Formats: sequence, structure tokens, C-alpha cells
Amino acid sequence: MTKQVTLTIDGIQVTAPEGTGVADAAKMVGIDIPVFCHHPKLEPVGMCRMCLVEIGRPMRDRATGQIVMENGAPKIQFLPKLETACTNKVEEGMVVLTQTDKAKDGQRGTVEFLLTSHPLDCPICDKGGECPLQNLTMAHGPGKSRFLFDEKLRLGKRVPLGDLIVLDQERCIQCARCIRFQDEIAGDAVLGFDDRSRSTRIITSSEPGFDSVFSGNTSDICPVGALTTRDFRFEARPWELGATASICTQCPVGCNITLNTRREARANGDIVVKRVMPRQNEEVNEIWICDKGRFAHHYTDSKKRLTRPLARSSKAEKPVHTSWDEATKLTADKFVAAKENFVILASGRLANEDLFNLKSLADQSGGQAYLYSRMSGGEFTAQAGVGAGTNFADMRAGTTIVVVASDLYQEAPIWYLRVKQAAERGATLIVLNARETKLDRYASFVVRYAYGDEVKSVTDLAKTEKIGDAFSKAENAVILFGSDGLGLAGTSNLAAACAKLLQDTGHVGKPNNGLMGVWERANDQGAWEMGFQVAEDLAETLEGKSVYIVGADPVSDDPKLAEALQGAAFVAVQDVMETATTEIANVVLPAQAFTEREGTLTSGERRVQRFYSAVPATGESKADFVITSQVAGQMGIALEGTSVSAVFDRLAGSVRSFEGLTYAKISAVRPQWPIVGRGDMYYGGTTYENTMGMGAHLSGAQSGETAPQVDASRETILRPKENELLAVPVTKLYDRGTTVMMSANLLRERIDSPSIALHPDSAKNLGVEDGQLVNISFDGVSGDVTVKLDDTISVGVALVPREMGLAIREPVLAEVRSLVKVE
Amino acid sequence: MSYIVLRHRDIPDFNKLDVYQKNGGFAAFQSAVTKMKPNEVTDVVKNSGLRGRGGAGFPTGMKWAFIDNKNWPHYVVANADESEPGTFKDREIMEGNPFQFLEGLALASYAVGANVAYVYLRGEFWQLGILLDEKIAEMEKAGILGDKLWGTDYSLRIYTHLGAGAYICGEETAMLESLEGKRGQPRVRPPFPPAYGLYGKPTVINNVETLTNVPMILANGAEWYKAIGTADSAGVKVFSLSGRVRKPGNYELPFGTTFRELIYTHGGGVQDSRAVKAIMPAGASSSLIVVNDEKILDTPMDYATVRTLGGDLGSASVIIIDDSVSMDWLVNKTVHFFKHESCGKCTPCREGTYWMSNIIERIQHGHGTTGDVDLLLNVAKQIQGKCLCALGEFSTMAVVTGIERFPQDFKNAVSPAPLPPVYVKESEGMEKA
Repeated sequence: MTKQVTLTIDGIQVTAPEGTGVADAAKMVGIDIPVFCHHPKLEPVGMCRMCLVEIGRPMRDRATGQIVMENGAPKIQFLPKLETACTNKVEEGMVVLTQTDKAKDGQRGTVEFLLTSHPLDCPICDKGGECPLQNLTMAHGPGKSRFLFDEKLRLGKRVPLGDLIVLDQERCIQCARCIRFQDEIAGDAVLGFDDRSRSTRIITSSEPGFDSVFSGNTSDICPVGALTTRDFRFEARPWELGATASICTQCPVGCNITLNTRREARANGDIVVKRVMPRQNEEVNEIWICDKGRFAHHYTDSKKRLTRPLARSSKAEKPVHTSWDEATKLTADKFVAAKENFVILASGRLANEDLFNLKSLADQSGGQAYLYSRMSGGEFTAQAGVGAGTNFADMRAGTTIVVVASDLYQEAPIWYLRVKQAAERGATLIVLNARETKLDRYASFVVRYAYGDEVKSVTDLAKTEKIGDAFSKAENAVILFGSDGLGLAGTSNLAAACAKLLQDTGHVGKPNNGLMGVWERANDQGAWEMGFQVAEDLAETLEGKSVYIVGADPVSDDPKLAEALQGAAFVAVQDVMETATTEIANVVLPAQAFTEREGTLTSGERRVQRFYSAVPATGESKADFVITSQVAGQMGIALEGTSVSAVFDRLAGSVRSFEGLTYAKISAVRPQWPIVGRGDMYYGGTTYENTMGMGAHLSGAQSGETAPQVDASRETILRPKENELLAVPVTKLYDRGTTVMMSANLLRERIDSPSIALHPDSAKNLGVEDGQLVNISFDGVSGDVTVKLDDTISVGVALVPREMGLAIREPVLAEVRSLVKVE
Repeated sequence: MSYIVLRHRDIPDFNKLDVYQKNGGFAAFQSAVTKMKPNEVTDVVKNSGLRGRGGAGFPTGMKWAFIDNKNWPHYVVANADESEPGTFKDREIMEGNPFQFLEGLALASYAVGANVAYVYLRGEFWQLGILLDEKIAEMEKAGILGDKLWGTDYSLRIYTHLGAGAYICGEETAMLESLEGKRGQPRVRPPFPPAYGLYGKPTVINNVETLTNVPMILANGAEWYKAIGTADSAGVKVFSLSGRVRKPGNYELPFGTTFRELIYTHGGGVQDSRAVKAIMPAGASSSLIVVNDEKILDTPMDYATVRTLGGDLGSASVIIIDDSVSMDWLVNKTVHFFKHESCGKCTPCREGTYWMSNIIERIQHGHGTTGDVDLLLNVAKQIQGKCLCALGEFSTMAVVTGIERFPQDFKNAVSPAPLPPVYVKESEGMEKA
């Protein structure tokens, strides 16, 4: 345990761990020492000079080294100068005075200096109302300016640092919080200072500008209104906003967020989400979120939202608006008639409660329920998943983290941050991938394999010198597996191999041990826990059936599935928005977005977390579990559909890993450090404090019942021969998925055009060039894409991003044809 | 007395390796490496009373002894950033007497166990960088630098590094940042470089002139050196004399030489035979020493005695100001310099120098009021004691001592009553949004 140190701050005795800064120690006991450049998540730099205080230390005799006593107490010696509370660490017997005339004079002086060229445009500034500079000026600043107005510097008011963040150079106080966040936390060192003296200004050094998926966080920790986000600037005043706790639904991390809402004239007087802010959960996302989570929420108020049930009696007719009763009756009748030919296809977009009702419906009606996912292997994460109490923040030396077949930066950015930080704290990171990823630079070991050798790389891991020991002998070990270059069979086998390795080395059933899937959607883990499976051949499964598609758009995703659904007996689609699949549906059931309803999600870390309703429902839409219960009711099956917590109670009563969980438990909060929110943004930024629940882990995985087996029969490893090209699927954070495209005004620059990546040698072999338009075809899919050269990937491989216009399910041999002759 | 530091003035072609060696060059280094323990070298320097010539006057031997011997490797960096206005001694030393400087650097490296040493040169010294690189190559060829010197286990390499034109990089931690390839901005201290220096490793940083003294101390002994100068400040100092004197230049004189001797005997007296009004003993960062009494010129120049006049000897860049100069003009010059050179890292210096510059511009151009003089003094004092490094303090020295010690100059420059601000400074850094 870290040594504890006792000191006195303004007469209050404080005990803090050795190494704590004085400003942080003061915050622990409720003494606010004003800061600008200091942030509890960043290394102190002592730049802004706002936290000047008087610091006294016990005087030591120079000859003997003994503490000099005076009237029975140690004699305290103060330096003549004020010192910064952020950079000075606590010392035994230290005496800190923050309220003396001298200290207050120092603080007042710093505020006055900072305000000399600050525009003081608080009345039109987005930060006004939640601005540390505004607040600290009111508390510590002078009432009148001694600086001549005409001599204020005039600088750029809207300098785009990238496509998402705009810099106001006049408001900037050069505290470098944004630069340091990018350097120390994000690991994307794309910001810096240019020039010096009063001409110092923030610039971006990347092309495109501010090239980081964490850029929005800099706006939260900016202590002035210098960094604003493109979607919130000049949109609302902070005090007009409502705040509702929620969970981000973009990936399996489950970041805690706050939805800021306001009634909006432009939205016909409706209450809409104005911005997404991080909500502190030090066990999940700390105080950060990625840009996709922050900016890709605009689909919820898109014009393409479904507002009323639709139905048509035959495929030739146009769908017409109908009532809920009629729509559900029609659907129910078809499902009853279909008997065992009733198939439910549900995605991890849905809440636990929705999935539970759907699974119950399938089980009780004799139908089948499938998870719509590009990844498989979930039964192994339910079996050998991470133990309750798992927390990346606790991972340090002694813990080994393996990331296999995943580009975490693109697939789950906040896990990337957490894994990176664990590695920086001393955890051993082993990255196994067929290509270079950003995480490599933090890894102790990087293993490069050929596409197809994923399973082998995992089974060989324990046998490999050094790496084997680093894994097997580690006190704790977790494996994160993804779908880089893998389809259903590949991920299933990979998950099995990982689970087996973990079980063989005793790394299951304990906190910070076990398997995590880097899933496609927010609640895939919940679906796996409830026993959902993926269909090995989905097209075949759907063919000729009566299908209930919930939260999925197979028609857009895959022409094969579109064809299969054309041949379905009946299709009911329940979704938030119009999609290509709703177009072909017999019945369309409008569902509420996650912003409009309550529910729970199970993150990839097997943590169940609550989201709350922030805005009123769109049109006549209903929550998914309600619609399912209504359809079930019409089928003569009674499912809970009145209260979301009642559904959850039934879930907890019937699915073993959910046992013992209640909404009350999930909503519990624990004290967290650093202290954020609570009205004083000066310290942690504008991040929200967590008052509505930090979630709870599923109970111990159902471990050890059957040893996971790699099913080699499911896998055909494709080895490209000379002149052959293996197309492999990879994931991009900003793809052409629904949520991103609906926020496309904002994210336009970030969404790639349809492209494939080739090694320069492969391109040479194929006679194509960088940036050239080519046609690629495989497995009945064909499309025109741009070629991007990448010398970090293998020769003979084409990386095909998912959800970017080409339906790629698994590694497949492909042909590339140049569309323009290269001279 | 013959020269100790500026020996090239005595011996022709002293910047040639054979000439330097013929005159005993590198004997001290060779004998140290082959016959002395590193701490014995440190002890000799400690006993000699040598103090840092860069401005702070810190005892050199003590600095070497502070190095953390539990953390390796160690580095030595020669501070050749010489950027203080009025300081031009290191340049002459490196141009004229490069081998003695490099030998001093080598001796310091041996004393602290460093196998790599750097010479950090200000960017404008690029020609010197080329010259030193040639000299270093000659030394390597002659077996004076390299691996396993003279058959011992000791190896040493010296590299030069050019800055990019920032005064702040003379501040030792900013220099380390710059040397590491980062933005030249000072670090928070503590930890100090002997514990946490270049690349986070224990590092000794010495000024060029300091190091150039070392070979002679090793050759002639600590007692020999201690006998020169005063009890407080041992040895000789190269005084860079400039300002309103007839013969500005570098003068190597023992500590304790009087201002009068420097100005009149060596510097040829004040131009136009005017009276000395003030002295800046340490370049632009100096306090202004008032010379309202002829006796002040008889003050011996050593660290302790100059302090009694309300100034610091610093790097001994003595700027002579005569009675033709009004102090508001002078203060404008120094403030302008510091505003330009502030690194921008800490608030009081970045904002304060800009603000002071605005006020003094007003005053000097006749648009100021008595209120502006009070404000200027107040702003300067608001900077003092609040900054991250010494540059911020330096920017206020001439301002505070100028206003406090020469109030009449400022009174003459301003209007007694407040005037509407008619003079508007040209906006800086205006950018199109």
C-alpha cells in the first residue's frame, strides 16, 4: 500500500497517499484551490500559476537533519515565494495556506493577467454558465480592468482545428490541457503550441486536422470557451439544458453518458438531445467518450424516424399507416400460422429487456431466435467471460492483457484508452494481429500472423518462449478477441481457443480474468448471456420463413440476405428508422430510440448498466419490449410489457448470470476520484458526476461446465496462391452504418469513401495504383472502390472495411479489376 | 599576468590542436583519466572555489558532487546558448580557445562519469557549430575522445546541438527540453538536473566560460586558482563590457577588479567623456545600479560586493549607461526584449511582459500619465515571484529598479494628469478568422 502522508491545509488535517499533489489533497477535503492548467487526470505542469499558495515545511537542522522544534511543535519554514499547489507533492508535516493575503493576491494577479487579452465575451460564449474562467474570475478576479481595451489582442475567433473542434484563439488561455490530453491520455499527439510569448497559440500538426477519435474530450476539459464542438457551438446555453443519464449504444464498451436536452423551436417545439457528454464511471470510461459516441447520436432525431405502424396486405401494395392493434394482430396471426417456421432476428442494438422478451417469445411459441451479428463465439464469453469486479483501472504489473484480431482504436476506442493506460501502469500487453494497429506501440509483445492463423497464434501463445510465461504465469489475464479478418466461423473458433487457453491457465472466474468479445453492438454480450445464437447460414435460415426482424437491416447489409427475405413468407420489421429492410416488410413496427425510453445494456465487460428516458417518444413509437409483448399477447403468450424493471426482474429470475441483479443494484453509485461535476467545473471539466448508477457485473460466468473446443470443421483457412487475392473484413469506427450516416453532416469528413487497402506490391502485381478506382468482386458481391496503399499489411491481402458498401462476411478470395488502364 | 581563459590572445594559433597540445593542452585530461579517480577531479574543482560563470554563480564542484550516483547514465551539457544582451564572451572563447573549452567539458564529464557530453549552441552560432565539430573530429582522431581512452575503461563522445533562436533555451531545463527535440520551455523544478536532467537522467550543466577554467585549475592546482580573485569569488572573469564606453569588448580580469578600472583603464572611458549614470552588471536582466557617487565606481566586482549595490554580477555583462540616456527608453528596450523572448508557458510572464510593453511604449512615446508609471511598477511587481522560471523575474528587474531609482526620468516622460489614450499600439498577431 502507498504510504500515507499527513499535512495541514488551511488548518484542516489531511491524510493523502504519498505522491498526491497539494491541490488534489485539498480537493479531497473540500478545499478548492483554483486551477486552470492542472487537471487531475494529467501530469501537473505548473504553467498557469493560478494555484499559488503559501507552503511551509518542517525546518530541518542542516547538521543533524533533525526537525527543529519550537514550543513543542516542529518549526515551519515558508519560502519567500508563493508555490504552485499542483506541482508540489504532499509532505509529512507540510502546512499549506490558501487564504492568506499573499496567496489571494497571487491568485488575483493571475486572473488579472489571464483576462488582459481575454475577450470577456461570456454572453455569447458556449462555455458561459459552466466556465471555470468565468467562475474563478467571479471568485478571485478584480472587478475592474486596468488593461486598455484598445490594446487587447485580436485573434482568430473560429479556427477549425479539425472538422469537429473549433478554436477561438482569443478565449484560449494557453493552459495546454488539450495538448496534454492528446499526448498523455489519447496517445494521439496531434496538437501543439506554435510561436511563443503572447503569440503562443494552439495548432494541429496532423493531416487531416485534429486526427484523433477522442477530440471532443478536449472541449470538456478546456477551462474556457476556446474549444467548442461543431455540433454544439452557439446551439444552447448550459443553463437551459436538461441532463439525463444514459449509456452510449455505439459499441460494446458501454460508456456512461449524459444526454443534454432542450425544447427546440427548430424541432417544432419538441425536446431534443442537444449534446452528449461523458458521465463519470471510473470503472468503465473514466470521464472520456469517443467522438463517435459524442457526435453520432443525431440519427435519433432524423427525419427518417418511423412514427406510426405500417402494413400492407401483399408485396405489390404500398404500405399504409395502421393502428398498433391491427399491425400487431396481423403480425401475430402470421407468426402463429408459421408455427416452427417462425424466426426472430434480433440485434445487439436492443436492451436486455427487449432481448429477454424476444427470447421468451421464441421459446414459448416454438420459434427460433437468432442474434444478428457478424461475430460469433459469445457462448464462450458467457462461459469464460471476465469475472465480476473486472476493472481495467486495477490492471497493472502482474496482469497480462491479450488483444487478438482486433483494431481496438477503431472497434472500441475507450477500451483502447483503458488497455493503453493499463500497459503504461505496468500491465503486460500482448497484441496478436495480422496487421499493424495503433495499440502495437504500447505492447510488450507483438505477434504477427498470416490471416487464417488466428487460432494457431492463440494456441501457440502458451508454448512461445517469454510470451508464454508472460501469459500463463501472470497473476491475472484477460483476452480481448475481435473480428479483424474474421467471419462467424473464424470468431467462433478464435473465441473457443481463447477460452480454452484461459481455462487451462486458471484465468477464469476471477476479477480481471477471462474473455471479452469486441462485439459489433452495445448489447451483444447480453444476447449471448440469454442464450441467443447466430445462424451459421442466415440466408438459408430466413428463406421461406415468417421473420420478425428487430433492430437490424439485413437488406442493406447483404444482397444475399435481401434475396432470402424476398423469399420469406412474411416479414415484420421493428426498428427506429426507415431502412432498406422496412421497405420490403409486410409490417413495420416503429420503435423508440434509446434516448426515449428506459432499459439496461450488458457491456462487453459483462457490466449491466441503466439508461434513462431523456426525450419524449417520436410519434406513436413504443419501446421494443412493449411491442414484443403486444405481439406475444396477440399470439396468446403473456409477456411483461408494462414496466421495464418488471421485465428485468423476470430476466434476473430466469437467466443464471443475471441472478441477484435489480434496478436498485445497477443504479448504485460509489465514491469516485477525481471529484468532478458538482457545479465546480474548474477541476475536472464539464464532465457529469455519476449520480444515476455505475452498473453492476453479471455474476460469475457459467464456467467450467464444458471445456471449449475448437471446431475445425467449421473453418476453411484460405491461403491466397500467387496472383490470388484474399479479401478480409476489417472494421472502421466511422463506417456507413445508420447512426453514422444520419450524423453525416458532422462526420462527413471522417467517413471514408468505399475503399480497399492493398500492399504496394499487391497493387503492383494487379497493375493498380494508389487512389485508383477498381472493381472488386467476391462471393457474388461486386463493387467499385478506391485503392489505398498500405505497406503495413501483407502481400496478397485486400482489407475490405465492413459497412462501407461491400458485403463481406468472412475472408474470401477476390478478384480486382482495374477500371482505368494504367499507362 | 597571462591569460587563463582567453589564452589565445597570448599564444598565436592557439585554436590549432598541435599548438594547444604543445602548450600543455589535454595533459590535464589525460592525467585525470589515467591517474585520478573522478571524485578527485571534483574535489580539486571544489577546492579551487570556481563558481558558475553563467550568471547564478553556483559553486561548480558542489554542482558536480550533487549528481545522483544511483541513476545512470549521466550527461554533461555545456551551455553555449549565450543569449543575454550584452554577453559575448563564450563566443570569443569557443572561437579562439576551443580546445581548452572542450578539455574542460571532457574533464567535467570524467568527474561525473558521463560518457556522452553535449554542447548546446544558440542557433545563430551555426558557424561555431561547424568549427567545434571539426575540433571534436580532430580530437577523436588524436585519441583524446572516443572509446577506452588511453587504455582505460573510460569512453567519451562530445556532440554539438544547435538551438533555434530562443533566449529561454539558456535556462537550463528549457535547454534540456530543446536538446531532447521538444519545445524549448522550462520544466518545473524540483527535480533539478543533477537528479532529473537530459532524458530524465542525472545531468550537469555548465557554462562555457566555467568549463574553460577547469583545465588550468587541474594543471596548476586548486590553491593556485584560489589565490586569484577574492575570497568570495575565486579566479578570473571575462567581463563583457558594452554600452556607452569607448572600447567595448571582453576583458579577462580577476574578480575584485573595480568598475572604474574596467571602464576607464580597460574600456577607455565613457564616450564623449560623459558621466556614468547607471550600470547594468548582468546584461538586460540586471537591476540598474545607480552611479550618483563617484565612489560607487570603486566597488570591486565580485558576487558578494556587487549585491550590496542592489544588483547582481550575474554573467558580468557590464553595460555602461551615461547621463545622455533616459531610463524610460532603456526600460522600453529591456521590456521589448523580454516580451519577445517570453516562452509563453506561464501566465505572469506571457501576459505581464506584453502588458508592460504596452505601458512603457505609451510612456516613452509621450502618451503616458503618472498613473501609467504606477501601473507599470505595479504590474512588474505582480510578475515578481510568480513565474515558472527566472526569465519572468529578469523582465522586471530593469523596470522596478528603473522606476524606483530614477523616478525623475519617468516623471519627465509623462503628463501629470490622466489623458485620454490617443496612442493605440498597432495590433499584433491579427489574423483573419
